[in-house]
Amino acid sequence: MAYSDKVIEHFEHSKNVGTLDKNDPNVGTGLVGAPACGDVMRLQLKISDEGVIEDARFKTFGCGSAIASSSLVTEWVKGKSMDDAMKITNKEIAKELSLPPVKIHCSVLAEDAIKAAIEDFRAKRAARQG
Amino acid sequence: MVKLPIYMDYHATTPLDPRVLEAMQPYFTDDFGNAASRNHVFGWKAEAAVEKARKQVAALIGASDKEIVFTSGATESNNLAIKGVVEFYKDKGDHIITVATEHKAVLDTCKRLERQRQERIDELKLQRLMELTGEDVNPEDLASLEIKHQLDADPVLKRWVDKLRVGARVTYLTPKKDGLVDLAELEAAITDQTILVSVMLANNEIGVVQPVAEIGALCRKRGVLFHTDAVQGAGKVPFDVETAKADLVSLSAHKMYGPKGMGALYVRRKPRVRVLQQIDGGGHERGMRSGTLNVAGIVGMGAAAELAQQELVAESARLTALRERLWKGLSARLDYLTVNGSMSARLPGNLNVSFAFAEGEALMMAIKDVAVSSGSACTSASLEPSYVLRALGVDEEMAHSSIRFGLGRFSTEAEVDYVIDLMVRAVTKLRDMSPLYEMAKEGIDLKSIEWKAH
Ligand SMILES: Cc1ncc(COP(=O)(O)O)c(C=O)c1O
Repeated sequence: MAYSDKVIEHFEHSKNVGTLDKNDPNVGTGLVGAPACGDVMRLQLKISDEGVIEDARFKTFGCGSAIASSSLVTEWVKGKSMDDAMKITNKEIAKELSLPPVKIHCSVLAEDAIKAAIEDFRAKRAARQG
Repeated sequence: MVKLPIYMDYHATTPLDPRVLEAMQPYFTDDFGNAASRNHVFGWKAEAAVEKARKQVAALIGASDKEIVFTSGATESNNLAIKGVVEFYKDKGDHIITVATEHKAVLDTCKRLERQRQERIDELKLQRLMELTGEDVNPEDLASLEIKHQLDADPVLKRWVDKLRVGARVTYLTPKKDGLVDLAELEAAITDQTILVSVMLANNEIGVVQPVAEIGALCRKRGVLFHTDAVQGAGKVPFDVETAKADLVSLSAHKMYGPKGMGALYVRRKPRVRVLQQIDGGGHERGMRSGTLNVAGIVGMGAAAELAQQELVAESARLTALRERLWKGLSARLDYLTVNGSMSARLPGNLNVSFAFAEGEALMMAIKDVAVSSGSACTSASLEPSYVLRALGVDEEMAHSSIRFGLGRFSTEAEVDYVIDLMVRAVTKLRDMSPLYEMAKEGIDLKSIEWKAH
């Protein structure tokens, strides 16, 4: 199975690999997937008090398509409001990367990672305010 | 400098040795005769070439040429051996013992035989239910009616099933952690209904070499036929049918520098072993495998077998050294590595390693100029990681992280060194972007986390 050029580009030159301080109140962390399934994605978003995503970092254990999906969403979410980021769907990710059917789950994971990171941030903020 | 891409997947297939190609060439053009043409020189030449190759293949495994049946490959040889024995010896028994790590050509053949038996049993059950109820029974109601009429305690049905001679019952042994068959377990699995034990010589994923001599002796002692799929081991490690007491042996030309689509089945003559042919027709190969012989392919397989036999000792020493070099190079520079399968009972050219925290398909993508293979689910259509590694009890995540290196006749030290460097860079890069590696380094027990599986 050949990979699309975009998958190869994001795999070979992954954007925004790294770690943000998970204890920073403005950082939301999403950890999705499972080692036994062969993919784990951790997406971290630094979100301003106004609810705008200022920075994004990822680390992913998984195949090339999982890594490419992670890299892509870190680029897509930056500068977006939380609400807009929540609207990113796996279909858009799969389309952008031309993922074949067997790799659709990678894009699902990336969508889940965005949602998990934002939920974590919201939970943190609620706890702080509550 | 090494030439790219590098081929390190010799278990998948091997290139044709140029000497083999040379031996084959005349039989595509000038000497194109049909080996079954008895009345002219074209036929005689083809027949002579086939018989020479038969001797060469027989010699590789210490057999007599009359015991070699040429086939279209080891998939067919395995089918013929197993189905052929089950059908021929059906009055003796219907139980087969094999191992969970066998090649699919063995496992799926066994599964079909099991299914055939089950389908026939279901038919008998329906028939019995019709007798008991006095009316037509819808097959969809079988499950519920079976319970209602207590068929499992029905003596009439039991008598029918006992007399059944269709398909087979199969025991799949789980190998030990190192991939080797437990001989005591094998012995305990043999019943008075057992007609065949099928255990491969060497495994195609983990390269583990089974104790075939002990298995063969056990089978002989218990009066059970012994089939071994020797595709990966023949010509790579010492093997002969007498030492192994093998009754049936599957071989494939393309795993020993011969052509694809070409195989053989050894069928013992003393004491005589029979298989029922699976392909009917002109009665070629003493009736066991009809079809006009693939003369050029057979010549290639013969030449390949002869070369493998001549070079076995030197080549296995060379490959063992290369394999050691590869393993030492990787393990000196990377932590968290595990070798899958026994390191001592192993094909010289095989190394199967799990690179924890890095996923196999991503690794293969990161070393794209090197052809290897992985037990990762992502490389299969099924999304299940390697059933061979799983049968050894390897964790799923470690199966996902496995890479199989297959070294062979044209592998060089320079290639090994290049691959070590590339692997170290790839593994380091992927671990740097792996959340699991970061967590492990922080001392977090990954097993303690509740993963949100999708
Ligand atoms: C152990 C083993 N058995 C059987 C086969 C099938 O052989 P062939 O490709 O000749 O049908 C293979 C190769 O894929 C193999 O590795």
